[in-house]
Amino acid sequence: MALPKHTELHYRIWHYFYLFICGSVFFFLIAPLFVIFPLSFNAEEFLSFSDGMKSLDPDAFSLRWYKDMIYGTKNPWGLAAKNSFIIAIFATIGSVLLGTVAALGLSSRHMPYKGIIMAVLISPMIVPLIISGVAIFFFMAKSGLAATHTGIVLAHIILGTPFVVITVTATLSGFDHSVTRAAASLGSNPVNTFMKITLPLILPGVISGGLFAFVTSFDEVVVVLFLAGLENTTIPIQMWTGLREQLSPTILAVATCLIILSTLILVTAELLRRRSERLRGINR
Amino acid sequence: MSSETQKILTTDGIPLEVSLKKAERRNKIKAFLLVAPLLLFLIITYVFPIGDMLMRSVDDKMVTEMLPKTFKAMEKWDGKELPEEEVFAAFHEDFKKLVEEKREGKLSTQLNYTKNGFKSIIKKLRRKSKSFEEGNYKEQIMAVHKRWADVEYWKAIKRRAPAITGQKYLKGMDMYKNESGEIVSVEEDRRIHRILWLRTLEIAFFVTLFCFLMAYPIAHLLATLPMKYSNLLMICVLLPFWTSLLVRTASWMILLQQQGVVNDFFVWIGLVADDARPEMMYNKTGTYVAMTQILLPFMVLPLYSVMKTISPSLMRAGKSLGGTPIVAFWKVYFPLTIPGIGAGCLLCFILAIGYYITPALVGGASGTLISNQIAFHMKSTLDWSFASAMGLMLLAGVLAIYWVYNKLVGIDNIKLG
Repeated sequence: MALPKHTELHYRIWHYFYLFICGSVFFFLIAPLFVIFPLSFNAEEFLSFSDGMKSLDPDAFSLRWYKDMIYGTKNPWGLAAKNSFIIAIFATIGSVLLGTVAALGLSSRHMPYKGIIMAVLISPMIVPLIISGVAIFFFMAKSGLAATHTGIVLAHIILGTPFVVITVTATLSGFDHSVTRAAASLGSNPVNTFMKITLPLILPGVISGGLFAFVTSFDEVVVVLFLAGLENTTIPIQMWTGLREQLSPTILAVATCLIILSTLILVTAELLRRRSERLRGINR
Repeated sequence: MSSETQKILTTDGIPLEVSLKKAERRNKIKAFLLVAPLLLFLIITYVFPIGDMLMRSVDDKMVTEMLPKTFKAMEKWDGKELPEEEVFAAFHEDFKKLVEEKREGKLSTQLNYTKNGFKSIIKKLRRKSKSFEEGNYKEQIMAVHKRWADVEYWKAIKRRAPAITGQKYLKGMDMYKNESGEIVSVEEDRRIHRILWLRTLEIAFFVTLFCFLMAYPIAHLLATLPMKYSNLLMICVLLPFWTSLLVRTASWMILLQQQGVVNDFFVWIGLVADDARPEMMYNKTGTYVAMTQILLPFMVLPLYSVMKTISPSLMRAGKSLGGTPIVAFWKVYFPLTIPGIGAGCLLCFILAIGYYITPALVGGASGTLISNQIAFHMKSTLDWSFASAMGLMLLAGVLAIYWVYNKLVGIDNIKLG
């Protein structure tokens, strides 16, 4: 943002001050993530920069903690990662199926009691997680699903569907319903119309809702802490235990992997969002 | 022309109005059937359990069911002097049954909630009651311990007779019902919950304020910069947003610890001495700093999406009509961003008020919030009804904020990304 040449001095100062503030806030947002990278390659067992690291001595860096994360005998990360992925994948599938179908119904102009039903459907997103955790725990304990994968998957479907409902409803709001009517008038049955016409058009919304659901499940720790037994440990639970008990550099190695994963998810979500905006632009 | 108004018929000969209504109803059912699976699923797994929390929070059947005969006998007791032999006999009978079922420990825990000092005297009663003789139970029970001869303890038992109680809610506000049935506050130095509620509100308020102050300039910058720069900067907002909460908390733990990067930096610039590094974690500071950074994206995104829709020509028009940039900003730009401010603040405040993980990890004792107390009662003391009561109080607060927000701004302004 270059300023015009005739700008008065005090506006110039004010402008640079504003840019400085913005820069500091961006730094505050992003810098904490980058402190994890170098420390995860620390050769020593401390969570601060050793003198060797400060002087960029190659001996001060090692892959020790990554090896420990993968091969460490006592480390539960393998099991945790497996559980996390299984749970997140099934929770995503469930959320996307239930959420998309519900969003289709909600976007219909014939839908009765839209306001109140929408409120119920997105309530798990609004209610503080700790309360959801307590409520879901009571349900799972009663139905014998506590400390099972099924229970955790169901819990994460509850927490993930609001995101799918919101993103898919948003995509459908820019959706031109005359194309489905055209398909129907040409003799297509509703299922066929949905698969061939509607779904491809709302797919970006569905996938980005699914990404939200995946991340929600993959990062979720409050509800899982109530539900999980030893067998169902997940990455967030292991991180939580590690951070509470002994802060070992292995956690930083795991955290680095998670940051890389979230970067990948971010890139996918951004690409989808742009594609969806482009598609909606054409429809308008 | 016929005098009757001609009804329009469809090709089947049914009046169009009827046919349309039928189609309308069919569409309604179709739309509802699509929503039904999710709605049903949520009602069973989520809405009912919250109702279950409500039941649990007022439920007080346990003691009622443990001492059925005692409470029956107590109905006639006026609650002033020590009860009659009849009550003691009924109590002895109930107690014998509890000992047989090995449930007397639960009774002592429950009664201890009502009045301190029951634990030891029930233990003693269990030992002594094995050698009790038939008849005159009043004398025998009173001989076990002098507290059994104290009428206050019998009044405490009687207070547990109703199957429904609001005492967990009172306890959550540091109040209780005293012997004469008045609602009073606990002593000044034991009011832990009020401190927690106030601290939760205070932290949620200030975190929201800090988020707002930091998010407003950068959302403005993002909305006014050319696309290619703003997309790049947007990553700085979105990457933390998509990154695991625990990873972000972990990075703050590393930064804020006494040998951490921030303290190193302070020492290096000479702000503090090396041997006087301030404690920045395990207290309120840690909670504030970490929560502000974690919730900041939730403030930036709604602000950005509103600011993006404000045409820059409005500011130019304001300036060209003689306003200084400050006046133009304050009179034109700022009012237009209010929906975004409302949505962002609501989101931040509600997320902050229910925060659990970050305060538990970096908050220490002085930085924990009401959620931590709920989790503590769920996991450690196993007083689930108290946890439920506090959870519902928190929920009521959150819903009230929503209601006010909906009245002021309208809930439809919430957007994701």
